[in-house]
Amino acid sequence: MIKYIGKRLAQILILLVIYVAVVFFLLHSMPGGIKAILATNPTLTPAARESILKAFGLNQSLPMQFVLYLKNIFTLNLGISYSFYPTPVWTIIAQRLPRTILLFTSATLISFFVGFASGKSLAWKRGKISEYVSTVIGVIAYTIFTPLLIFTLIWFFGSFLGIFPLNQFLNPDLWLHTNLDAQTIFLYLLLTISLVGLAMLVSFILAQKISHRVKTRKIIFYISTAIASALAIFWWAVSPVGIYAFDILWHMILPVISVTIVSYAGTMLVMRDSMLETIKEDFITTARAKGLPDKVVRDKHAARTAMLPVITNFVLSMGFVVSGGVITESLFSWPGMGMTLLNSTLAKDYPLASGALIFTGIFVLFAHLIVDIVYAFLDPRIRY
Amino acid sequence: MSNTTEEMTASSEVFESPFKIKLKLMWRAFKENWKIFSESKIGMLGFWIVIIFAVAGFIVYPILASTVWKSTSLSSMVSYNPVTGYDFTIASNPAPPSLTHLLGTDPLGRDILAQLLYSTPREFALGIIAALITVFLGTTIGTISAFYGGVVDTFFMRLADLTLLFPFIPFLIVISGMMTVNLFMLALILGVLSGFGGITIILRSQAMIVKVKPFIESAKVSGASNPYIIVNHIIPNIMPLSFLYMMFNVTGAIFSEAVLSFFGLLNIRMSWGLMIYTADTAGYIVGTNIGTYWWLWLPPGAAITLICGAFYFIGRGLDEVVNPRLRRR
Repeated sequence: MIKYIGKRLAQILILLVIYVAVVFFLLHSMPGGIKAILATNPTLTPAARESILKAFGLNQSLPMQFVLYLKNIFTLNLGISYSFYPTPVWTIIAQRLPRTILLFTSATLISFFVGFASGKSLAWKRGKISEYVSTVIGVIAYTIFTPLLIFTLIWFFGSFLGIFPLNQFLNPDLWLHTNLDAQTIFLYLLLTISLVGLAMLVSFILAQKISHRVKTRKIIFYISTAIASALAIFWWAVSPVGIYAFDILWHMILPVISVTIVSYAGTMLVMRDSMLETIKEDFITTARAKGLPDKVVRDKHAARTAMLPVITNFVLSMGFVVSGGVITESLFSWPGMGMTLLNSTLAKDYPLASGALIFTGIFVLFAHLIVDIVYAFLDPRIRY
Repeated sequence: MSNTTEEMTASSEVFESPFKIKLKLMWRAFKENWKIFSESKIGMLGFWIVIIFAVAGFIVYPILASTVWKSTSLSSMVSYNPVTGYDFTIASNPAPPSLTHLLGTDPLGRDILAQLLYSTPREFALGIIAALITVFLGTTIGTISAFYGGVVDTFFMRLADLTLLFPFIPFLIVISGMMTVNLFMLALILGVLSGFGGITIILRSQAMIVKVKPFIESAKVSGASNPYIIVNHIIPNIMPLSFLYMMFNVTGAIFSEAVLSFFGLLNIRMSWGLMIYTADTAGYIVGTNIGTYWWLWLPPGAAITLICGAFYFIGRGLDEVVNPRLRRR
């Protein structure tokens, strides 16, 4: 397993270098690129131009510049943002990357499990009216133009029902009378959520070790998950900053719903198709003939086999979900990587834009790595 | 004498030209495939949506533009162009739907319906040009790497893996922010970028299946050159699959254009995404305004959704023609 992960990591490192090379050479071959803006500005004196070219390393040859750029990326020295002068690009990215990770991870997990479960039961109930209706809704959600979906959500939940905030990362009125840093609270929230996730994973593995009966396993898993979440909620409720954390979470619900819908429909439709194929197989007939309960045949025999194409599709659709994330973030004014990318591009802030683009790429690469490892766990045919 | 001419005409009826026979066979194959395609409800739905949009954009708009929306028809004093001009006869723009403006006007006083219809042919052109480039690249590269194998194959497959990993929309955002991109250039960029991606892998695997068929062997034995085999034997056999993926690529291209022009990054005159962008930057889609000014974002958004969905549905319908195992029979 470790050997497999190491191999994948080495591959990803190579891909990363290629990716950075593509981004670098594209940025430098652009007609309105960094060099053109710096070097052809008529208000600069020749001396100033020389010193700027030297300071940015633009007087060196292109391969040399690339090597320098690569070195700078691996040492996280991405330059200084023009629009947030004099903040370094890396500081901005380090602040905003966790927000995107939280948004993306929660939406992805929810959409995967909901899509998996609903696709499974839809295929099982083939021909019923509920199957037809859900398929149509799934197809609509799959093909809808993302901004239209978000406008509809904002209109319905934010304006018509008025139960969710319209946009923004937090409510400025609430944060006005405190000297707390939103980023600190947010990082603590992220830490709590990952601790609860870790507790769930540990209890799942423990339950597998302790008992062989599905029922006992489920009881152990659910009880420990409930205890972990209750502890987390209790800790936040008792602490004086709980209300601020709640504010951030409250603003997160609609963006998470949007990204979830964007990625949910694909999972659901592929799961349905793959499940319909699996049901026709002989081993399902055998399992039924053995007299196994319907639920066991569905969950253990059919769904487990039908799951693998879903994960493959999931890997392929990751770029699509990240794009959906960019649109979602900018429409909800959620200050993550997507919004940073868009705003810095519109403001012609090239260091920040290229930094954001590179880190979006790195993020997608690592998401791929994680899905690959999960795939290796699930597919019994993969042996290392 | 007359007897021989009769004989000649009779013989020419029996021996048809090979071109005519080919056409007849194609027509028969088309009829059979059309029968399978028309059985899939979802495919027919998409087909009719595309037809409606095409009629609206290519036939209805020119007629309306030369009659109802003619520059001087609205008022003798003010000439009004529904796509670019400001309607002074309305007290305040944006105005809700009325009889003069069936879908209302936007903040710049332009007619929403006219803008919708005006953009339709451009969306079609963009989607189809991008998809054609993608399919051309994908088919060529897929067949070549399947046929020759070795280094070529490895290179293009790794390239396809890399393209699949690419965060597409963020990348396009940065590109179009740095240089002025017009509609044709966007079609070119989209076509080339997705031409090296997943479509190559799929078409390559299909070409691998065709490559080991006996008729390729017999073509080789009869002395056909490699390019001849690729062009005349392999490509026609993977064409149906290419055509299927062309439909999915039209969806992707139109979606990308809509997103980019929605962010105001493209240098184009008018498009559905740009209509939403105009309303958004003028502050009519912010906060509680969303419900009040619904006619600014709903028609263009719905048009993008419908056209993207329609091409996707056609793809699903064609899927049943191309993959026999998906059919119910």
